[in-house]
Amino acid sequence: MSRYSIVSLLRNSLSYHQNWQRAWRSPEPKKRYKIIIVGGGGHGLATAYYLAKECGITDVAVIEKGWLGGGNTGRNTTIVRSNYLWDESAAIYDHAMDLWKGLSQELNYNVMYSPRGVLHLAHSVSDMQEIWRRGNAIHHNNIASEFLDPEQVKGMVPFMQMEGRYPVMGALLQKAGGTARHDAVAWGYARAASALGVDIIQETEVTGFDIKNGEVQGVRTSRGDIACERVGVVAAGHSSVVAEMAGLRLPLESFPLQALVSEPIKPVVDTVIMSNGVHAYISQSDKGELVIGASSDAYNSYSQRGSFDIIEDTLQAICELYPQFSRMRMLRQWGGIVDVTVDRSPIISKTDVKNLFFNCGWGTGGFKCTPGSGHVFAHSLAKGEMHPIAAPFSIDRFHSGALVDEGAASAVAH
Amino acid sequence: MLILDCPWCGTRDQSEFHCHGEAHIARPTDTEKMDDKAWGEYVFFRTNPKGIHYERWTHDHGCKRWFNAVRNTATDEFLAFYKPGEKAPAVGSDQ
Repeated sequence: MSRYSIVSLLRNSLSYHQNWQRAWRSPEPKKRYKIIIVGGGGHGLATAYYLAKECGITDVAVIEKGWLGGGNTGRNTTIVRSNYLWDESAAIYDHAMDLWKGLSQELNYNVMYSPRGVLHLAHSVSDMQEIWRRGNAIHHNNIASEFLDPEQVKGMVPFMQMEGRYPVMGALLQKAGGTARHDAVAWGYARAASALGVDIIQETEVTGFDIKNGEVQGVRTSRGDIACERVGVVAAGHSSVVAEMAGLRLPLESFPLQALVSEPIKPVVDTVIMSNGVHAYISQSDKGELVIGASSDAYNSYSQRGSFDIIEDTLQAICELYPQFSRMRMLRQWGGIVDVTVDRSPIISKTDVKNLFFNCGWGTGGFKCTPGSGHVFAHSLAKGEMHPIAAPFSIDRFHSGALVDEGAASAVAH
Repeated sequence: MLILDCPWCGTRDQSEFHCHGEAHIARPTDTEKMDDKAWGEYVFFRTNPKGIHYERWTHDHGCKRWFNAVRNTATDEFLAFYKPGEKAPAVGSDQ
């Protein structure tokens, strides 16, 4: 793999950018791998990368039924933050935050991590109590964040309507939070993993598992059977479908989660503004589009579409809080399928089938943890034992009752 | 926008309704003998199928009553609506 640099840019400009090397190889699948990752989204590709880079295991295949990052990785609103309530969550989301900071340099691929700050607005006394509680809790976990009064919020976002249907009483600000380019994260991990020897196999669907004596021996795919020692399933919204192939049930429900972008305009929003109370969050992409996230549709679905009433609710809140956007046109709207657990925390776990591991349940907020999730899952797969940061997210918590309840911090409708 | 056929009120927009997830999960009767594993399965684990899903709804902004529906979660197409206590109709791939 040739390194991206100013020199390579100049050299390729001489040939009118016709001769850039493909970013990753697309090999024929081998008959056998040490570890197979099911799902080529951000989390799966990050897992493969850290397996090769940090665990010295390069005999790895990532099997993706569509194209890389074509699922939730390419459908989220690109927000990165770690201001979660509980110690277990703080540990994993802030682990990801540490990795985000150096990710572009590490991957030699610009993931456009932009720490532009994330504001959580409070519109009521109970919203204020929630951000105080969470803000103080995360302070104990050394995650820097600040409480802002309405005047400070107005200073950051001068066009916000402070007195209205949703009065702004204060906000919680995490300055290290922000955005990253979602596609670039998938492509950057894929390129770096491929360069280290990982086989990335697209347009190949896993259709079943070869399980003998309660131990996984390999996967069945639309391009034939592939043997392996260990499998990590990172299939997001379709995790329950993949689990059923192995005869497993998961504590998950899959819902549509919608987002939309506006026509591009000049820079106007230089931070990320979220609001738990009204479920409308907004940021601006480097292209100039306003990126708007909605709450999830509250019914099971795999259709990758949501209901219009959710969009209507979201946009009325956007127009109420930011009246100047009321005449903007929305260009695109889409839905992703999110796999939601009852405590809004992920499942990173072994299963009842030996050597079959699952990393799922990231629900509405998995993108932000892509590096952290991949990192701890890679170490867990390499060792066969869960990484200490991943251990609290075992599937066993749904039997023991030791839930990690992030209902408030996940910032979506429940 | 989904359109539902409330068995009590007739056809209405989905915004009048609320979905309550998988239907026909019977509360266990031998609870004193159940271990943590069995309780966890009952409370938290769901079938979550891609395809035919039997589910519970309430008509919140209407009659406020409960009913059941059968829907294909891959296409969002409703296949049947029926009242609580009625036998689940066999539809689609279940036939």
